[in-house]
Parts: sequence; C-alpha cells; structure tokens
Amino acid sequence: MAETFIHAENLSFSYQGSNGGDDVPALKNITLDISKGEYVAILGHNGSGKSTFAKLLNLILEPTAGTLIVGGTDLSSGDLSDEELIALRRRVGMVFQNPDNQLVATIVEDDVAFGPENIGVPMPELRHRVDGALASVGMSEYADREPHHLSGGQKQRVAIAGIIAMRPECIVFDESTAMLDPLGRREVLDTIRMLNRENGITVINITHYMNEAALADRVIVINDGTVLMDGTPDEVFAQRDRLREVGLEVPQCAELIHRLREAGIPIEGTAISHVESCAELLAATLRGGEPAHG
Amino acid sequence: MDKIHLDHVSFTYSAGTPFEHQALDDVTVHIGASRITGVIGHTGSGKSTMMMLLNGLSKPTSGNVFLDGYDVNSTAKELYKTWLTLPEYRNLRKSTAKKAIRKEVEARKRRLCFRVGLVMQYPEYQLFEETVFKDIAYGPKNMGLSDEEIRERVLEAARFSGLDESLLEKSPFDLSGGQKRRVAIAGVIAMKPEVLVLDEPAAGLDPIGREQIFEEIRRYQRSTASSVIIVSHSMEDMAEYCDDMVVLSQSKVIAAGTCEEVFSKVSMLDEVGLDIPQITQLMRRLRKMGIDIPENVYTVDRAVEILKRYYQSQKGNLT
Amino acid sequence: MKSIAFGQYYPANSPIHRMDPRAKVILTVLYIVCTFLCRNALCFAALVLSAILLTAVSHVPLRMILRSIRPLIMILTFTSLINIFMTKGEHLLTPSWEIPLWGTHVWRIRIFEEGLWTALFMILRIVVLLVGTSVLLSYTTTPIALTDALERLFAPLKKIKVPVHDIAMMTTIALRFIPTLMEETQRIMNAQKARGADFTSGGLIRRAKALLPVLIPLLVSAFNRAYELAAAMECRCYHGGEGRTRLKVLRLRFSDVFAVLLLIAFGTGIFFLNRLGIGYTMKG
Repeated sequence: MAETFIHAENLSFSYQGSNGGDDVPALKNITLDISKGEYVAILGHNGSGKSTFAKLLNLILEPTAGTLIVGGTDLSSGDLSDEELIALRRRVGMVFQNPDNQLVATIVEDDVAFGPENIGVPMPELRHRVDGALASVGMSEYADREPHHLSGGQKQRVAIAGIIAMRPECIVFDESTAMLDPLGRREVLDTIRMLNRENGITVINITHYMNEAALADRVIVINDGTVLMDGTPDEVFAQRDRLREVGLEVPQCAELIHRLREAGIPIEGTAISHVESCAELLAATLRGGEPAHG
Repeated sequence: MDKIHLDHVSFTYSAGTPFEHQALDDVTVHIGASRITGVIGHTGSGKSTMMMLLNGLSKPTSGNVFLDGYDVNSTAKELYKTWLTLPEYRNLRKSTAKKAIRKEVEARKRRLCFRVGLVMQYPEYQLFEETVFKDIAYGPKNMGLSDEEIRERVLEAARFSGLDESLLEKSPFDLSGGQKRRVAIAGVIAMKPEVLVLDEPAAGLDPIGREQIFEEIRRYQRSTASSVIIVSHSMEDMAEYCDDMVVLSQSKVIAAGTCEEVFSKVSMLDEVGLDIPQITQLMRRLRKMGIDIPENVYTVDRAVEILKRYYQSQKGNLT
Repeated sequence: MKSIAFGQYYPANSPIHRMDPRAKVILTVLYIVCTFLCRNALCFAALVLSAILLTAVSHVPLRMILRSIRPLIMILTFTSLINIFMTKGEHLLTPSWEIPLWGTHVWRIRIFEEGLWTALFMILRIVVLLVGTSVLLSYTTTPIALTDALERLFAPLKKIKVPVHDIAMMTTIALRFIPTLMEETQRIMNAQKARGADFTSGGLIRRAKALLPVLIPLLVSAFNRAYELAAAMECRCYHGGEGRTRLKVLRLRFSDVFAVLLLIAFGTGIFFLNRLGIGYTMKG
C-alpha cells in the first residue's frame, strides 16, 4: 500500500450565511484517504461540494470541523504559519477552471516562472525549471508568446506548466477542462495522465464529465456534501440508477451495457468504462451468445 | 423554402493586416424552417462567425445571407429596380416610392436582430438589470412594445426557460449559474424570434443541467414551430437533440443534412478530428471486430435496438 | 481570431530595441532635459539632427512616427499662433495693422521677428520631444520591459515605504488583462446588440445610458476575474515582493553606459552652444 498523502476524517465545511443567516454546510463528515501517486476523479453535479473539497486541500478555505492532513501537514489545526502555508501550496498545486483568470504575466515563460519566483528559486535553476515545465506540457515553442494569442487548451497547459515548475507532489484540477473544446480537453487530459504516470504526481481531477472520470484509477462521487460512492470507474458506473438519482449520467458505453442487460441479454464482465473494453464484452456475448473466450 | 440560406459566403477578419484570417471560405448552407439544426466544428472552424452573420452583427466579405429569401444585407439601391414593380410601390410617385423603399429596408435591418435571436456563449455574463424580470424585458423593450405585451412575453419566456415565477423579482446576480443561463436565454426568447440561435447553450453545465437546457430548447421549438440553430462542439448532444446538422471544418462546410446523412460519413468526421459520440465509436469498433451492424449509429436508443435484434438473430441461428 | 494591436511597440531588432530598458528610461529623461536646454537656432539644428539620427537607428518606419505627431497638429498650430502674435520684441516685421473691435477698442496686430523664431522653436521642441520619447521608449520597449525597468529604477524608494513592487505587479496584471477585457467588451456589446441595443443614435445622455448594459456586466466580470486571479496567485505562493527571484535578469552592458555618457556630452554641448549667443536666443 502506497503512502497516504491526503487523510480526511469527518471533514466538514460550512459557508458563512449571508446577512447573518444560518451557515450553509457544503461538506459533511467526509472521511477518505488518497495515496501518493493516485489518479482520482471527484465527480458530482454543480453545488455538490466537490469544488469546496478541492479548495480545502491547499487552504483557500479552512475546514470548519474534522481532520484534514495533507502531506503530513495538519490543515485543520488552524495555526499554520505563513512559511508553512507557502510550503503547502508549493506541494499541492491547483489548476482552475477559467484559463484566462490564472495567468499573471504577459509572456508565457514569465508566467511559468511566476510560482518558482515566488518561492525564491534562484537562477540558473529557475531557467532550467521553466524550460523543463514548458517542454513537459509540449509548449516550448510558445515560450515567448503572449497568452491571449493562445487557444483555451494551450492556456490551460501553460497554467499547468506554471504549477509543475514549482515541483509539486500533487495537482488538483478544479474543473480545468469545463471551458475547453474537445481538442483542448484532450490536450489537457493527456497532460494530466502523463504527469501522473511519468512524474508520479498525485492527481485529483474535479469534474462532471463522465468520460473524463473514466480515465482515472479511482472515482469518488460526492453528493450533497457527502461521499456517495468510492471505487474504480467500473465499480462506480455499475451503479447507474444511483448516479442518475443524484443528477449524473454514466458514459454512453456503460449506459448501453445496462440497457442491453435490462433487455435480457446476458453480458458478462465488469469492464464497462471504456469503448475498447465494452466492445470486448459485447463481442463476446454477440458472437453466438457464448461467454468470452479468455 | 429554406428559412436561412447562406450563398457562397466568405468572411475575412482584419483584411489587409498581418492578422488577416479567413473565418469562412465559400460557405453555402441551407437551414430548414421549423427544425433544430446543429452547427458543429472545432473552435476556430468559423461556426461563431457564421452566427454573427445571421442576425446582421457582421456582414459577409462576399456572398449573401438570405432570410426567407430576402438578402439581409441588401441596400435600398439594389432593390429599387425590382421593388418598384411591386403592387405596394407601383402606383406611387417614383421619388415617394423610393423613399418608402428606403424606409422599409432600414426597418428590416433594424428588425433583423429581433427576427434572428442570438444567444451568445456564456450568456449569463450579459445580465445587468436589477431584477430578472427587467433583464428579460430588455429586448422586448428595445422593440418598442407596450408594457402589457412585454409583461406577457416575459412570463411566457420565463416559462419556456424553466424559470420559476418567484425568481422574476430577484436580482439576476443572486441566482445560480444554471438559472442565470436560463434568464439570458429567456431574454432572447422574449423577443419571439423566428430563428433562435444558441452558441454552446450547455457549456459548463453538469449532465442534468445539460439535459434540462436541451429539453427546454426542444420543447420551445416544438411548441412555437420556430427554427432553432444550436452551435456546439459536442456531437453527442447534437446527435441527440438536432434534426439536421452542418459540420464545419477549417472555414468550410464538410457535411450537411439530416443527422442520419451526416453520420453516414462518420469516418470523414473522425478524420478531421471531431469528437464523434462514444456510442458511434463503440459500434464502429464492433463492426471492425466482425459483427455485422451499421456504423452510422449515433444514439444509445438506436444502438440498443440494433444490438438486441442482432443478438436475437444470432440466437435464432444457433437453435 | 481578431488580434488587438496593443500599445505602440514596434517589433524590430535595432540597437535601441536591444538596449537595457533602464538605460532607455534614463536616456529619455536626459533627452527631455536636452530639448528644454535648447535656446538658439544652432542648438535646435543639433537637436533635430539628433532626432533624425535616433529615428534612423531605431528602425521604426517614419510613417509610424508621423502618425503619432498627427494628433498634435492642433496644439502645434495653436501655440505657434499665440507665439507669433503675442511675443513682443525689437524687430517689427509688419506695419501695425489695427482691427477695430468694439467702441474705441482696437486690436493692434504686430508681428516681430522674435515671435517667428519662438514659434519655430516651440514647434521643434514639441516635435523632437515626441519623436525622441517614442523612438527611445514607446516604440522600442514592450510595456512589460518598461514596467520592469521602472520597478528596478525606483527600487531604492522601497526604503521610504513606497510600494514599488506592488505598483509594478498591478501594472503587469493590468497589461495582461487589457486584451482580455477588450475582447470581453466586444462580446458583451454584441450580445446586447443582439437584444436590440443601440449604441450610436441619440444624444450624449442617451448614448451614455445605452452603455450601462455593457458597463455593468463588464464590471461584474472584472471583479470575478480579479477574485479568481487573486486565488490563483495565492495558490502559486505569491506573498508580495519579498524573497522573490527573477527569471529575467537585466544586465547593463558597456554600450548602455556609453549611450548615456554620449547623451550627457550632447546635453553639455547644447548648454555651451546657448552661451555663444548666435542669432536669436529664446528667453525662459
């Protein structure tokens, strides 16, 4: 078992009520562990509390109750010094939804340097990191461009490079693909996978796209501030009816398998998250109704 | 007749500068009346530019845009010759008739944006009034309607967009993202446009939010029999909700027709890098694996039907 | 995608473009001083010559520079007329024309040679000032390099609690977001036009009112952006200027120092040329 990176126990958060009204609970008694190097998707409809969870991880919001330990730092104690806070944010990077609202500088490489400059990385190490980060997201040739000339997907990759350059252990993607077109989304998702597989970075992808969640190793479904499901994509998508109750849909492939089973066609197997594996299951059943050959 | 007809339309941004960019290249499109047409393409394929041409926000660099057979960019000068023979103008003095024609052309130009209602991408960012009611009423007010008529239209538009009446006196800035989106759409529906054009109406919404918005658009279209154009890059949604499709790639139309017709060219759509629906990908894969099924399947319903039939026939063969 | 030409920067690779932006700021200040030192025809001749030389070295096309002068034509005409008619001197060029105004009042038009000279000098001074600053700074320095240079030049002011870093950061962010907000403005305007908004007809008040549906959403979105950007910056460990390192290190080269020395010499030269008292010498 890999080392635990995030440990939440009975974690709760409430937004302060406006005009002296009651506090609005956004997260209620969340208990979960995320290991180092995991690729986790957090699913939920708008307002389910999934983005709140993300914002707790690097203390943009402070937990109101319960325990939250990230990379050995206790975030729920409420007495982090400025140095500790900066150290935490270096280790847990965050990529936001709107690519325009997170780029600071007027030139791509200056923007990538922004984070490391803040934590005092000296030259020539700084130059080395910036070039490396841009190369790893495939944006080296855009180093001296202006961000507003880039596409959404490219801007988002620059934002990711800006985080990588700080050498984080974990990156949280807070609906980072929601504003992108399919091409941009693919670019960003490929980058995310590469970071997880090759650099061993723990990835937490907050999303409401089912096809995107299918790419993760583990899917956590949050509804109404609590953890509704937690498992592999196949395990989660097997519970289509429960997902639908909370406003989520399974990917089309999984939906098809469910519907065919309902129609009495005996499809064996659980691998229903991807086109390839679904095709295998279906083909096995359809070829003369025999079970899979192996 | 076509509701909208783009005839050899080209559009170039910043012509004659280093930033020159051809957004539409000799595009000819027919859009049928009382149907939902999906316009699909990547960012930069020219689909957003096309929308702006439909309601006169921009004019084509070359080519013509027809609405009900009328060239929306025609000038009075071009029309004198043909119109002077029309019964309305025939019996007038020539100068009076010309003046009348000029006035009519002007009025048509002004009316164009009310006839072709445009809902831009992320329309919730255009809300500005104190109350939801006032914001929806902005368009009808600009049309110069009576207060009574405005009220009626606002209520109707709110109903179509799935907005509860209790929200109408709230500030639009206090609403949730999905509700704001609905207010913005209602603001355009309230102008009772003959053609409703929506650019990515479901962008950023969660699955249920997407479904609701598209269902509402469909309900609106079916009950008003107006024409609806949805611009999107999601083939999955378009296949589900549209009657017709126009596919743009690199400033050109590469496929157009009913969904069935467009999906019969699925390999070509795949080649230009469009995100074909997962269900279509699955069916194509099965076909490649030697299972004899059509590959232009684009909804789950249809796939279930086909596979069920296939399974039963296979079972029949065995026994 | 429409591109927004921003600022006045003219991309080229001239010696002036390559100069350290700090040196350029200093040169610009010195050059302004030089234009004000000039008092007689010889000085101005030298000044004009230097402006032509600078333009040639900068690779900025002449028509771009002329374009920047165009808006000043009104002011130039106005000041020269005032100088021509109002300067009194010793060498009267015209007979005293008298134009009756009202009652017994008359306006006596007298043009002196000194007036003509002063007018000419004023025009030259303004034009050279403009050409000099645009060639030395605005056309050849990106806004971001300029901000950077100013931050470093004013760094000593930190000692007296001037928030130099913060001002520079704000300027950078403003520069970064100008194109974004301009695009946004266009988008909102189109959206409201699609709902029948009319921004062009009616009187001033009506037009100002018609802009509200654009300004309010723009403001709301700008605040949202500011909020999100602040969160993003915090997540990227921003905590003010303390302990920050820099990707881009500015290094003063010999040529930068040499240019500054050259200009100081030029200014000294002009100072002494004034003393020679050749021809008309402007007062003040």
